[in-house]
Amino acid sequence: MADTQSREMQVKEKQEVGQPEQTRPAPVFTPAVDIFETDKEITLLADLPGVTSDNLNIDLNEGVLTLAGDIEPFENPDEEDLLIEYEVGQYYRQFTLSEIIDQDKIEANLGDGVLRLRLPKAEKAQPRKIEVKAG
Amino acid sequence: MITRQFFDWPAFGWRSHFDELDRMRRQLDRMMGDTESQPFRGPGRGVFPLLNLTEDDSNYYLRAELPGVKSDDLEINATDNNISLNGERKLPEENENARFHRRERDFGRFSRAITLPGKVDNDKISANLADGMLTITIPKAESAKPRQIEIK
Repeated sequence: MADTQSREMQVKEKQEVGQPEQTRPAPVFTPAVDIFETDKEITLLADLPGVTSDNLNIDLNEGVLTLAGDIEPFENPDEEDLLIEYEVGQYYRQFTLSEIIDQDKIEANLGDGVLRLRLPKAEKAQPRKIEVKAG
Repeated sequence: MITRQFFDWPAFGWRSHFDELDRMRRQLDRMMGDTESQPFRGPGRGVFPLLNLTEDDSNYYLRAELPGVKSDDLEINATDNNISLNGERKLPEENENARFHRRERDFGRFSRAITLPGKVDNDKISANLADGMLTITIPKAESAKPRQIEIK
């Protein structure tokens, strides 16, 4: 990230989720994520502006990780729209994890609208260096 | 009458018919279950951050989604009825041995300015950044507030 100084941010339109359909007719968006992996753990960062920790559901079931964030309406009902460039709605995204995760040690942190999820790999899934003995 | 309708639009530049139409079209698409269509970009859009501007009788509310932006990295300036936002979104350095599988979150500097449609009280502007959502509350100038006229 050496070119941070000169970098300008670009607008990304929010991506709407297609399927499955929701029971409530509100837009559902796919949050932008970064996922990276070290030998010990997988880290997932997701942009969830407006989602509070009470309204965020993280679920890991049979290798499928589900993120679901709800947004509380923050506009007063008597406000009138003058310019609307983005829409607000729920966030939803699912990932299939190929690694075995140590479920007890999952850590989730939500701050400034960014979720940081640490998924430690289970002991047996960590790469083990096999020593070859000369004999 | 149609002609009157056309001339009745507010004179500020950023509110275009296309934005309104675009929004309606997207809402219709959602109702029809069509998610394939590409978003139409009207004039003045496409600059980060996207802004929503609303008003009530006494204030304008300018909102933007800025996840991961610290208040120290954000600067808001107001001159007359122009509001400008300058800032930088920094992503923390991660472990150098990490292998990235996905990298969708953007970072970098941003700058955006907007002209409000009416007179405002510059001294009383307040801004709040919480959960990655910026809300700027801009009180309208006394002369711009709607006043109820008493009928004698």
